[in-house]
Amino acid sequence: MVLDVLLVLAVVAIAVLVIAAPLRSGARAEREAAGTAERAELEAARDAKYAEIRDAEIDYRTGKLSEADWRALDRQLRREAVELLHRLDETA
Amino acid sequence: MAVGGAICLAVALAICLYGIAASLHGARSGRRDWVASGRRSVYALAGVLAVAMAILQAAFVRSDFSFELVATHSSATTPLFYRLTAVWSSQEGSLLLWVLLLALWSSAILFLTRRKLREVAPYATAVLLGFGAFFCALLVFLESPFTTLATPPAEGAGLNPLLRHPSMMIHPPMLYSGYTLFTVPFAFAIGALVTRRLGAEWIRATRPFTLAAWTALGVGIVLGARWSYMELGWGGYWAWDPVENASLMPWLTGTAFLHSVMIQEKRGMLRVWNVSLVLATGVLAILGTFLVRSGILESIHAFGASTLGIPFLALIGTMIAGSIALVASRADSLRSEHRLDSLLSREAAFLLNNLVLVALCFVVFWGTFFPLITEALGNEQSFTPPMFNRYVTPLALILVLLSGIGPLIAWRRATAANLRRNFALPVGAVVLVPVGHAAAGVTGSIPALLMFGFAAFVVAAVGQELWRGVRARRAMSRDSVPAALLAVVRRNRRRYGGYTVHVGIATLFVGVAASSAFQSQHLIELRPGQSDRVGGYTIAYERPTSRLVEAGNGRLERIDLGARLQVRRGDGAVRTLDTYKSYFPSMSPGLGPISRFFEGEATSEVGLRAGPRRDLWTAVAPDIGKLRPIIDRGDKLFAEADELTDRQFDALLATALFGLRDRYVQDPPPATFRFIVSPLVTWIWVGALIVFAGAAIALWPAGARARQPATAAGLARVARELERA
Repeated sequence: MVLDVLLVLAVVAIAVLVIAAPLRSGARAEREAAGTAERAELEAARDAKYAEIRDAEIDYRTGKLSEADWRALDRQLRREAVELLHRLDETA
Repeated sequence: MAVGGAICLAVALAICLYGIAASLHGARSGRRDWVASGRRSVYALAGVLAVAMAILQAAFVRSDFSFELVATHSSATTPLFYRLTAVWSSQEGSLLLWVLLLALWSSAILFLTRRKLREVAPYATAVLLGFGAFFCALLVFLESPFTTLATPPAEGAGLNPLLRHPSMMIHPPMLYSGYTLFTVPFAFAIGALVTRRLGAEWIRATRPFTLAAWTALGVGIVLGARWSYMELGWGGYWAWDPVENASLMPWLTGTAFLHSVMIQEKRGMLRVWNVSLVLATGVLAILGTFLVRSGILESIHAFGASTLGIPFLALIGTMIAGSIALVASRADSLRSEHRLDSLLSREAAFLLNNLVLVALCFVVFWGTFFPLITEALGNEQSFTPPMFNRYVTPLALILVLLSGIGPLIAWRRATAANLRRNFALPVGAVVLVPVGHAAAGVTGSIPALLMFGFAAFVVAAVGQELWRGVRARRAMSRDSVPAALLAVVRRNRRRYGGYTVHVGIATLFVGVAASSAFQSQHLIELRPGQSDRVGGYTIAYERPTSRLVEAGNGRLERIDLGARLQVRRGDGAVRTLDTYKSYFPSMSPGLGPISRFFEGEATSEVGLRAGPRRDLWTAVAPDIGKLRPIIDRGDKLFAEADELTDRQFDALLATALFGLRDRYVQDPPPATFRFIVSPLVTWIWVGALIVFAGAAIALWPAGARARQPATAAGLARVARELERA
């Protein structure tokens, strides 16, 4: 029974320390900067666009797209990527 | 230590409730300290539950029968390996394992995403802790694993012998890892809906975890199939058992999501569909746990009735109602950015693949719940395996065909000329393979022949893709073929990992189709020295076998009665196959000391000769009728004996059991053997390994270079030109 009590006390103490640590640290109590989520969304969209550009290139190189189709698609995708970069610059 | 364990569970419940409140407060107020505290609650939950599990495991290892769970699910004669696994053979231990895995996986994922999804993550944390609170509440109030007995028995009831198989160590944790990991994208989807952050970020951040869930659940399903094949004594690997179906349903919708999410990532389309698939997968994961643990559907896995039905139904009802309400209220944020450009596009192939997968899930769902629905209507009817097969077979054929078509079509729009160029070789394979089989005399099942053809189509399509990728790479780099292959796969892990999965699925379905369509079963009675011919094999019953198996503590664990067979195919080498039946003692007090060994649980250990072309599977059913008079006489002797000391009793019992063992070998009765010859079964397991290898390739994190556009410098140049224009 003594062992039970000691174990429970240790578990509760460690849990409280872990959970309460951020609340005791005043430096981390700042609010979320406005626009952070917006920026993260745009970064994710930019990464997805990069992947799409690379996929289109693979589709061309493996014969699923003709050169003319690929060039047109690639140009369009790059234009979209640049637009995303502009929007990212605006949020910076 | 039972009290300590029980208090740990109460502390875990309190941590969940605190974490939910802290996360929601942090999300509403924008306070990162509260959000961090909520996230750390998940870490603390994992730690506290790990302590509770350690206490329970220690009780099983020590065979501490003061724990009711240990007394009812283990015994001193249960080997240590199985004492460790016995924890999750029980309802309570299973629930504890479920919530522990939930906490561990959630901790890992929340840690990895702690700097991403800043708005969504707190709500996701609250949802995950909500699941944690639900399971902790079940453990605290309804199904405590730490219940103790006032007078512990001298020996426990033992682990169900059917569960004494090595895969049982990994199967339930993998299955539960799949279920719990699928609640992660569910939780993030809820967070994205609440915050209206429904763009690419939450999809990209949670996609690897969805793939991890899909892989873990897939491994769990395959291990379950392997266990069924090797342990249940019927020679099959899939029986459309409700619990098998329960694990298959979220896997199917998860597969659909992993495909359709690519369309959202690339085109911003199908947002309602994707979020609905993720939510449905989360609900089905909980439904799977409900089916296993509630005992609502009769199945070998549903170990008895329980008190969990109503709470689980309430949880599932809340999840469904909440999901529908959230999706409906966010319809404006879920509008697609683009439309489908062409029906000849990879997007269209993925859409069709999604419809087939959801249709498959619906068939499985309907077949699983049909008996329950008809029972509720007063006219119980079963949904038999042939009924499942009637609907599943055509859908599976379409699915395999689509897994070959997808890699051959470009995104957005394909032209007729490109299609002709890409489809020529795979279509050749799809025609040649079934025709070749038919010419070789393999007829009798059109669906199987079609499956062989479609699988050849997939292999040809993926092979062609790889070769063209390698060729393109070599044109630029002059690498050797292996180096170019490695480079192509490394730079495009997701694409080629996915293709590998497609090959694995096609391989697996070839095994399923061949073993289902061309399997032959034979029930034969043989005496030692006799032989017979079975499916091209000559089988001779060489001799009977018997042994008494001692546990680590010196007590008798079981009696094995079996047979040694000599097997030869054609003029090939002679191989030996051993098969036996294990008899585990019953703990029923009304039975005699000898007969209790033959009145308890019994398992079949199969003899298997596995090969790339076919498996020969056999299980023996010894005729113990001839031993029955001796058993009864022995029991009578014990009953009539005067007071025996424990030592005398053990010595007498040992003499009797050794006598029985020797009698079975010296004067063997005929034995009945079930022989099953199944073609290509090995390819099911090989296909599964290929699937998981492909998933591992896709899951492996891409390096920073691979994440950049293929031509980063070109992009910068185009950007400058566009700016000047």
